[in-house]
Amino acid sequence: MNALLLTAVFGVIMMLSSFLLTSKTAIRGLAVSGMVIVLAANVLEMMGIVFFKIDTKDMIAFDRFSLLFNSIVFISTLVYFLLSARDMEKVGINYGEYFALIFFVLCGVTLSSSFHSLLILFLGIEIISIPLYILTGSDKRNLKSNEASLKYFLLGAFSTGLMLMGIALIYGATGTFSTNGITTSPTSALVIAGMLLLMFSMAFKVSAAPFHFWTPDVYDGAPTVFTSFMATIVKVAAFIAFMRLFNDEFGSLQSRWQLLIALITAITLFIGNITAVFQQSVKRMLAYSSISQAGFMMMAIFAMNADAREGLLLYSAAYCLATIGIFAVLMKLKDYSFDGFNAFAKQQPLLAATTTIFLLSLAGIPLTAGFLSKFWMIKAVAGTGKYLWLVIFAVLMAVVSVYYYFRVIQAMYFKEGDGQTIEASLPFKWTLVLLAGIIVLLGVFPNWIIYWLYF
Amino acid sequence: MSSVPMSHILFVSTALFFIGMYGLFTRRNMITMLMAIELILNSVNINFVVFNKYLYPDKLDGIFFTIFIITIAAAEAAVAIAIIINLYRSHRSIDVENASEMKW
Repeated sequence: MNALLLTAVFGVIMMLSSFLLTSKTAIRGLAVSGMVIVLAANVLEMMGIVFFKIDTKDMIAFDRFSLLFNSIVFISTLVYFLLSARDMEKVGINYGEYFALIFFVLCGVTLSSSFHSLLILFLGIEIISIPLYILTGSDKRNLKSNEASLKYFLLGAFSTGLMLMGIALIYGATGTFSTNGITTSPTSALVIAGMLLLMFSMAFKVSAAPFHFWTPDVYDGAPTVFTSFMATIVKVAAFIAFMRLFNDEFGSLQSRWQLLIALITAITLFIGNITAVFQQSVKRMLAYSSISQAGFMMMAIFAMNADAREGLLLYSAAYCLATIGIFAVLMKLKDYSFDGFNAFAKQQPLLAATTTIFLLSLAGIPLTAGFLSKFWMIKAVAGTGKYLWLVIFAVLMAVVSVYYYFRVIQAMYFKEGDGQTIEASLPFKWTLVLLAGIIVLLGVFPNWIIYWLYF
Repeated sequence: MSSVPMSHILFVSTALFFIGMYGLFTRRNMITMLMAIELILNSVNINFVVFNKYLYPDKLDGIFFTIFIITIAAAEAAVAIAIIINLYRSHRSIDVENASEMKW
């Protein structure tokens, strides 16, 4: 509850700051300190100190899982602000408003990670989506940005329509919005139809195949700073909402949806990895890589056991931190193609080394957080004892993903070129080193996150 | 009061839903596509009100949900119009076929 109210309040404060504060440094400082306060308030709530006691009529449930996830999201956003806030100045003149919109998105993330009613799920997903349509189109003179925001809006509104129809059908069958699980037996056709519609709309939001086709265009067209935010924090928030929905509401129907989710997972892994191999631009490659990582996270939805819950939290931390780091480096470059990274290591050895750690983590090499999170996912699926072909397929696809991540490393270290001159400040470099350190440490001590789920 | 059977009203709302879906997929004018999205949302509104009135008349859950949908739809329409105006400034047209900088 702390984080929910504070993010909304800070959204309004940032909106006011855009005309009360003239200096961009002051706006940035305000945003970073706001983020620290939100994070601190959320950690205090995990310790049991709640500032605001509001009776939500059991529509919102802040349990350990959602609070821990919120903390991971706020830490990722803080890192994102520290690394990339300076690059937002290049997008346009409305500097304060960008932070305001990001705080509103975080408010939606808090709602959709802790809903206990389908109404709150709908509101959370919409509060995430509407500011994102604006952020996608915020580079107003850029044709690609305009087009990306149009596509994102049309498909987002369509999937919202599907979700609402699903909620309406479930309401018709059960007469309630609270997600206490479907108990009526035999299961009526209304419930099955509503469940399918909700599944499809959530698959849209997490960009799982065959509903992924908007992702590359939108991620490619949006300003790179905001792609970094969309591809990481928003995507894992949609996954948490997906998991809560299918755990709480449709948990009793698991045998009915498990095969369908397994198929979606396999198709997502296949399309994401195979298409990423053929990309020429690193930004577009990262968009496809986010689809393939979504495939791995779908395995948690499939398995839906204790391992899956731990694994999804670990995965969201590993994926968010590594991708934010890569995007922060990518933003400094002018040429986004693979050749743009040629001889990068000679020019910026420190940045190249940290980028290598991020890429290794995404590929799932041992000693990084990415390896353990993939391991947890595979363990969760193997723990269900069914559909073992999915495990084998996922491992094969992880091998394919190594190819396109290592292409960047190869370009940085082994190719000759006239490396682009980029300027990186000292604090920027140290933040990246710290981030790489966190990723390696999480790869050795995953219990630092998982412990908080149970203590 | 309940002289109209529920199935009739559900038929209307389902028809509206699919008309909206058809419009969204076939029309290429952005304003028309926006109207199609509004049709989809409004068909869901009808569904909520009907389920509430005929099946669960003791509580007002469905009607409250409808109010939220109307609010969100208004916010969405405002953002959509802003996006369309922005695109019109650069393309001088509101046909989605002209917005093809990137290939699908």
